[in-house]
Amino acid sequence: MSAADRTIPPPSPTRRAKDLAFRLALLGCLGISVLLLGVLLYDVIKDGAGHLDMHFLTSFTSISADKAGAQAAIWGTIWLMGICGVFIVPVGVATAIYLEEYADDARWYNRLIEVNIQNLAAVPSVVYGILGLAFLVRGPLALGNTVLAGGLTLGLLVLPVVIISGREAIRAVPPSIREGSRALGATQWQTIWRQVLPASIPGIATGVILALSRAIGETAPLIVVGAATVIAFNPDGLDSQFTALPIQIFDWISRASNDVNNYKPLAAAAILLLMIMLLAMNSVAIWLRNRYEQKW
Amino acid sequence: MERVTEPPEIRARRDVVPPTPQVVAAPASTERKPREAIFGLEGVQVSYGVKPAVRDVSFEIGRHEITALIGPSGCGKSTLIRCLNRMNDLIPGARVEGRVLYHDQDLYGPGIDAVEVRKRIGMVFQKPNPFPKSIFDNIAFGPRVLGMKGDMDEMVERALKQGALWDEVKDRLKTNAFGMSGGQQQRLCIARALAVSPDVILMDEPCSALDPISTGKIEDLMLELKQDYSIVIVTHNMQQAARVSDKTAFFTVELDDQEHRSGRVVEFDDTEKIFTNPGDSRTEAYVTGKVG
Repeated sequence: MSAADRTIPPPSPTRRAKDLAFRLALLGCLGISVLLLGVLLYDVIKDGAGHLDMHFLTSFTSISADKAGAQAAIWGTIWLMGICGVFIVPVGVATAIYLEEYADDARWYNRLIEVNIQNLAAVPSVVYGILGLAFLVRGPLALGNTVLAGGLTLGLLVLPVVIISGREAIRAVPPSIREGSRALGATQWQTIWRQVLPASIPGIATGVILALSRAIGETAPLIVVGAATVIAFNPDGLDSQFTALPIQIFDWISRASNDVNNYKPLAAAAILLLMIMLLAMNSVAIWLRNRYEQKW
Repeated sequence: MERVTEPPEIRARRDVVPPTPQVVAAPASTERKPREAIFGLEGVQVSYGVKPAVRDVSFEIGRHEITALIGPSGCGKSTLIRCLNRMNDLIPGARVEGRVLYHDQDLYGPGIDAVEVRKRIGMVFQKPNPFPKSIFDNIAFGPRVLGMKGDMDEMVERALKQGALWDEVKDRLKTNAFGMSGGQQQRLCIARALAVSPDVILMDEPCSALDPISTGKIEDLMLELKQDYSIVIVTHNMQQAARVSDKTAFFTVELDDQEHRSGRVVEFDDTEKIFTNPGDSRTEAYVTGKVG
């Protein structure tokens, strides 16, 4: 080997240029989505920020835009999330436990259930609205256009999300923990209740919050199950009529506006409020994950 | 176990049999008493699916003895130890044939509950598997799920003392067990098994993930525990088997005409005999490091 071969050659300009071009292309794609989000945010904040005050939070909707607020929608949304959460936590976690800890994958019906749960997560939300209308509002349960029917419909919609994330959290608990517990004479249920579930709670809770944050923005199924648009009272029980923030936004945007009665800023303020609630929920999910996640 | 060069292996063997005064004292006392069998294996065969993983296993495991199961990888020694407390029940498709007698009762007989079996026959695994809880809760888990009555603080202290861990952890019982060293974690797992007052402790390669110093501590612990418990240990470390065990079963892998591997017992005898004067040439080749 001659001395010339041993010197490190200068960098090839074309290779460096390609590297740079690729990097810029990736950055550009990121830029597009960030820009779109930025424009959307700017538009909503410009219109809505001024209206997002105590009056907006504490007044009911009204035929005159400057008196209208979102109180009924806020409380409606809170009721819906409460009902939805009470429904999805036990049902979703129990299903996840069955599928992970008990179901024998060799059985065809267990595989069928698994595939169907994956598929259910992709069914359009309006279809769940129709299901809710047929089985909860009318049909066998005949709950009527109540907040209970609305919450359960949203629960059905996001149940697959809870089940899938719950299964992942349960699967993340290493088999050696179950073996250690069983080897001490613990039964399968004691092992699940005292070892597997406590270790997977952070993951399950994260999944539940993400499911709720999907439910909070859903509009179509609520319209189908008959959420009201103009009501001037908060839900006072499971059987009361209700409205919700996305419904209120939809209603305000679709109303004819003029200079005297301008509903557009109200819609923008409600969108902002919904985004703040979403952001808060997702922050809690991230915090939960970072704070309690078990490293194995 | 990787191939070891022969001369140091043989030298090590002579040095370690008999290694420490404890070992000399213990077998001497058990040999004078009539040997009492705790397990009787009669033609045991364990299969995963249709093919047997280990077959034709017949020998007796004595009370207050350490019985070592040695042999090359895939010879079924871990499979066998896991059928002594019915841990194989947890593996779908695992099937045990023959008889596993525990105090003359067939563990796989009708009306025997695997949960009851595991209360009496504890197990320590290859990799330390502490629960993601405090040291205290790790020990207290067994007594709690079994509904044992008594002062929990006392039970935990006793188990940790038996596990030779008390002095190291008594000031941090409420801290998470994941903060302990690997060797401490494994002694915690042993103490955890002791907390439910078992009769037998099964150890499946308990030191394979540990450094020599931690290994030495666990071996000392085993020799102490032998006074009160019966121990069965699977090990890849032949010096370990020679150092601690009273009886040794040597397993080997056989290929059948369909190229299927299954394990069987070549020789079961006093550890000293297995390591100094084995009856089978395959045992001799393995313990002297010529194969395996």
